[in-house]
Parts: sequence; C-alpha cells; structure tokens
Amino acid sequence: MSVIKIELAGVKKAFGQNQVLNGVNLKVPAGKSLVVIGASGTGKSVMIKCILGLIGIDGGSILLDGEDICHRSRRERDMLMSKFGMLFQGGALFDSLRIWENVAFGLIYGRGMDRVKARQIAEEKIAAVGLKPEVANLLPAELSGGMQKRAALARAIAGQPEVIFFDEPTTGLDPIMADVINELIISSVKNLGATALSITHDMGSVRKIADEVAMIHHGQIVWHGSVKDLDSSGNEYVEQFIHGRSEGPITLGARG
Amino acid sequence: MHTPQTTPKPFSLMLDFLHNTGATTLDVFAKAGEITLFILRALWHCITPPFFLTQLRRQLIDIGYYSLPVVGLTTLFTGMVLALQSYTGFTRFNAESAIAGVVVLSVTRELAPVLAGLMVAGRVGAAIAAEIGTMRVTEQIDAMTTLSVNPFKYLIAPRVLAGTLMLPLLVLIGDIIGVFGGYLVGVYRLEFSPANYLTQTWDILESMDIISGLVKAAAFGFIVSIFGCYHGFNSPRGAQGVGAATTNAVVSASIMILIFNYILTQVFFS
Ligand SMILES: Nc1ncnc2c1ncn2[C@@H]1O[C@H](COP(=O)(O)OP(=O)(O)O)[C@@H](O)[C@H]1O
Ligand SMILES: [Mg+2]
Repeated sequence: MSVIKIELAGVKKAFGQNQVLNGVNLKVPAGKSLVVIGASGTGKSVMIKCILGLIGIDGGSILLDGEDICHRSRRERDMLMSKFGMLFQGGALFDSLRIWENVAFGLIYGRGMDRVKARQIAEEKIAAVGLKPEVANLLPAELSGGMQKRAALARAIAGQPEVIFFDEPTTGLDPIMADVINELIISSVKNLGATALSITHDMGSVRKIADEVAMIHHGQIVWHGSVKDLDSSGNEYVEQFIHGRSEGPITLGARG
Repeated sequence: MHTPQTTPKPFSLMLDFLHNTGATTLDVFAKAGEITLFILRALWHCITPPFFLTQLRRQLIDIGYYSLPVVGLTTLFTGMVLALQSYTGFTRFNAESAIAGVVVLSVTRELAPVLAGLMVAGRVGAAIAAEIGTMRVTEQIDAMTTLSVNPFKYLIAPRVLAGTLMLPLLVLIGDIIGVFGGYLVGVYRLEFSPANYLTQTWDILESMDIISGLVKAAAFGFIVSIFGCYHGFNSPRGAQGVGAATTNAVVSASIMILIFNYILTQVFFS
C-alpha cells in the first residue's frame, strides 16, 4: 500500500436544493496521478474547489497527509495553499497583468519574493512549458488558447507545489495541442515529484496521464481503480462513459 | 396550484401577502448581515499588512485623477445654474445680494458631495463591479486565492482606501469649480461686481460648511467602492451575472448615498 496524500471521506456539498456532492470517498496516493472522470455537471470542479478550500463543505472531512484541513483558520489555510497548485479550466490568467507577472504572482505577492528573482523563476517556467521568451511581456489576451493554457500551467507549477490539480486541461484544444499539454503535465508532475489530481472527460488524456482513475456519478465515486483495469472494470457506468454510449445507467435527466 | 376550496379567497390572498412579506423581510436581514460582514472584513484588510502599495497607487489614479473631468463639469454647471436660478427667484424678494451665499453654501454642503458621489458611483462603482465580477466568473479570484494572495488585500482594500481618500479631494476641487461657476454667471451675466461677489461668498462661508461636505464625500467614496466590490465579488455566474452585479452596484450605492446624505446632514446641522 502506498502513502495516501489526500483523502476525502463522506464529503457533502449542496447549493440550495442541488445536492452536488453526496458523500464522496476518495483516496489519492502520494506521487501518483489520479484522474476523475464523469459527465458534465456532476460536481468534478466543485470537488476540487472543496479540497482547495475555495468552497466550504457541508459534511464529511478532507485530509492532507492525514490531517484534517477543513477546519483551519484562514491564516493556516493560506499557508496550506502554498502546497497546492491549480490549473483552472479556463486558464484564469489575470488579464491586466503580463504573462511573466502572472507566473510570478504567487511568488511576489504571496511569498514576498523580490521582483527580479521572481521574474527569473517565471522566465524559467515559461521556457519549461515551451513558450518563447518574448511571450513573457505579452498580455493574456494576446495569446492563443493553447498558449494561455501553457502559461497557466507555468503559473501553477511556479510555487513548487506538492499537489497539482488540473481541471479539464485539454478541453477546447485541438488534438495536437491537447497532446502537448498532456506531455507537459506528465513531465512537470514528474519533475516536481508531485501528486496530481485531474479532471477530464477526454479519454485520450485519461489514458495518457492517469495512474489511477475514479468515476464520479450522482455526487459519489462509483468506481476507482488502476488505469490498466479501465477497460475490464465491469462497471456499467464506466463502460458507458468510456464508450460514449447514450444508453446505460447514466441518463440525461440524472446529469442535472 | 389551486387554492383549497375551503379557504375563502381574500383570506388566502392575505396569507400569500404575509408569506411574501415575511420571506422578503428575512431576505433583507440576511443580505444586510452579509454586507455588514463583508464591510468588516474589508476594513480589517485595509488596516492590516501586507499592503499592496502599487495597487493602491493605481487605484488612486484610476478613481481620483480620471474622475476629475466628470466631477469638474458636474460642479461647474451646478454652480452656474444655481446662480441663475436664485437670481430669477430672489429678484422677486429683492434679495439678489444672497445669491453668492446660496451658491457657495449649496455647493459645499450638499451639491458637490452628493452629485460627485452619484457621478462617481456611475463611473467608478460600475467599473469596480464589472472588473471584480469578471474576475469572479472567470475564476481569477479563485486563482488568486490558490496563489496564497488574499483577494480582500489585493483587490478590495486598495479600491476601498482609494475611494474613501479620493472623493474628498475631488469634492474640494469641485467646491472651488462650483463657486467659480456661480461667479462666472454672477459677474458676466447678472452683472455683479467681482469684488462684491467674492466678498459675499467669503463672508458667509464657515469652515464647517466645507468640512461637513468633505466628511460626506469620504463616506460616499467608501459607499461607492465597497458596494462596487461587494457586488462584483458576489457576482452571479455568466456574463449576465456581471451585468446584474454592475447595475446593482450603481443603484445600491446611489440610494445609500442619498440616505447617508440625510443622516450626515442631520448630524452636522441640528
Ligand atoms: N458556486 C456555485 N453556486 C451554485 N451552484 C454551483 C456552483 N458551482 C457549481 N455549481 C453547480 O454544481 C454542479 C456541478 O458543477 P461542476 O462541479 O462545475 O460540474 P463539472 O463536473 O462539469 O465540473 C452544477 O449543477 C453547477 O450548476
Ligand atoms: Mg468543471
């Protein structure tokens, strides 16, 4: 048995009448890449935001390295954030700041590093994700979608996080760019020795980046196993999802 | 849903009414509590380090300097129209000599702070709500939090401080421009002697008139920026959400300005 980095136990979250997470149990092994799959609107992004503390949970607990992280003071939470890196679905680059300032943002304003040093690190990370040095001085709006994703990835890894979250990293990219991003995810996770928790519904991406796969449906994890066992899971939800069938236990009505 | 036949119609209507009134009242109290908490949090982050001085400087320029034309034009024409109106009214009582006093008192105590406040609510309040609202719906605020930077410190505190500091300065300049507008009309249209007009202005003015106006301005600057931030920060999702946040920021700030104007006037002059 490997060491567990993150553990969710019975996590619940509702928005008004909408019960999004209904007792999620999930263990993310340290140093591994776990990918969560599931239909749109099943609460994948909400789950990640709960772990990050961006959304408060209604019940259950979330452990990091065996310690509960939900009931901490704001100050302690801010400290915890330095262990996390997150690549948001839309990139979420700060549109009034240049690319290098985006990448260096957490270093300068979060950790109080001086600008010259932070810029140097930012330029290294920008190169590491395969962007040209000139890009550093551009604004996010001047970049294509794929370049924005790369810049956002550079920002997510700039703080040397222990855990990185990827929210649909390849959605909206052409297959070639998607593959480039997948490669970058694999190499940056490996270089950092980090634990990765990703969300996607791109099966190509799953097979490429996952060590383990979990499937979420109706606010619960319905299957969790090694990526090798994905095709022989025998789980009807997984079967339906990976083959993209419209008939099966997952119905449009249930997707909310 | 049909009302059960046993309940007489007027009675059920009244129940409906009471139900709605009750629900609305609860909503209002919940909102008021939420806004109060937001304000306390914002104030806390205004006075505790770290301070993001570059951000503050940018906001001081954005909110103060770039509002100058709007506030200047508003107070100029207000001063001018006050002189004109009071002339046509006061000649009926042979009270033309009061015109200079009416202009300077109305401008410093009331019109410069209130009109500047309302104009800045439209310009700055809307801009703040739109900018922060967009950052909310595109997850930039979440991203900031994951980078260990508190959005209250980086986004909200600088805007609230800048709004509270810059509006009094704008109003002070507006006071001068407004009085000058009255002077222009008084001297060039109504043919007062320049020296007389200025003496009358100076004689009636007390420091309290200006100070009360500046205190009002600080309060209005706070209101405009905090409501802009609040509505932007809590913007509903989607582009429509940002639009609604912007409208709400301007409308709620404008109403609060008028309410607090009354309260502060009562405090100062009674
Ligand atoms: N901040 C929020 N407020 C209200 N409802 C939300 C919020 N965030 C997500 N939801 C709802 O939660 C559900 C799951 O959303 P999400 O986690 O984004 O789905 P996905 O699995 O596609 O990432 C959706 O029905 C969405 O409307
Ligand atoms: Mg999502």
